[in-house]
Amino acid sequence: MFAEENGLFGDPRIKAISDAIRVVPHFPKPGIMFQDITTLLLDPKAFRYTIDIFVDRYRDKNISLVAGVEARGFIFGPPIALAIGAKFVPLRKPRKLPGEVISEAYVLEYGTDCLEMHVGAVQPGESVLIVDDLVATGGTLSAAIRLLERAGAEVVECACVIGLPLVKGNWKLNGVPLYVLVEPRLDDLERTL
Amino acid sequence: MSTGDNPDTTGRIKSALRVIPNFPKPGIMFQDITTLLLDPKAFKDTIDLFVERYKHEHISVIAGIEARGFIFGPPIALAIGAKFVPLRKPKKLPGEVISEKYILEYGSDCLEMHVGAVESGDRALIVDDLIATGGTLCAAMNLLERAGAEVVECACVIEVPELKDLIDYLQFD
Repeated sequence: MFAEENGLFGDPRIKAISDAIRVVPHFPKPGIMFQDITTLLLDPKAFRYTIDIFVDRYRDKNISLVAGVEARGFIFGPPIALAIGAKFVPLRKPRKLPGEVISEAYVLEYGTDCLEMHVGAVQPGESVLIVDDLVATGGTLSAAIRLLERAGAEVVECACVIGLPLVKGNWKLNGVPLYVLVEPRLDDLERTL
Repeated sequence: MSTGDNPDTTGRIKSALRVIPNFPKPGIMFQDITTLLLDPKAFKDTIDLFVERYKHEHISVIAGIEARGFIFGPPIALAIGAKFVPLRKPKKLPGEVISEKYILEYGSDCLEMHVGAVESGDRALIVDDLIATGGTLCAAMNLLERAGAEVVECACVIEVPELKDLIDYLQFD
């Protein structure tokens, strides 16, 4: 669901966050309107709003662990974890984590990729939040959910700054609800008007 | 220089780190910060130590080196009200970038930053989890200085003691 469907309708912070995101056309390939959050990170107020909205939602949900998907999930996950007193676990591309790992493969448009997590990072029964900057097809987040569930955790929700309109309402990914702040923008023309 | 703060605090941070022998290759004792991130108090203390040090230094931008600098940099940036700029491996950043090459043991690598992220006159802090040879940090400093920023300091959780002499050489006013 979107934040505006769940108590934040008309909240000016949502517009500030959306306006701070830059659209880069045709990256990484023609036809993709890339949602660039680096400009959000250059706006300390908007970045703070982003974290505050997530922290307000999750602080009383007894979440013991926040998992962030490499690499942009590493930017949003740790501030949330610190604010709610939870552990932070990085979910990484293959061969980056130095210790013993569990791996989960997922399908790309062409070929496959893989997400890894350290063995022992998660205890069975833990309540977990997964964080990434954007959800599109949900392929990466699905792999993240499977990793955490294989380790015995309960994934409470997936939180993303940006999500496609299909995540409106009660839409779930592998049975896990999504919470998203803003939709992707098509271009930056509206910002210059 | 290392922090002279409360030894209980830094002691807890140090004991939260994990050493993995022979990763990524034989002979390297890899300093794993993921166990620090599993200790919320130690992680918070780490960030608080940096925030205490920099909150009155008028830092306007914090640059974090991909990927573990992305974990430590943003919480510091949020606490002191600074911009956060990710310094990334090639072809990750979507917009126009400037690039800085640096030498590895075998071959070279490259660090990139978005054009326009940093302005002339910005006071910058660079953050990474660990400094070893300083090669990546030097590339980061060059990127920021080319964009017109003044690099106030580089902040790392871990310094590798065997390379202390090299690190002293790298320190500058």
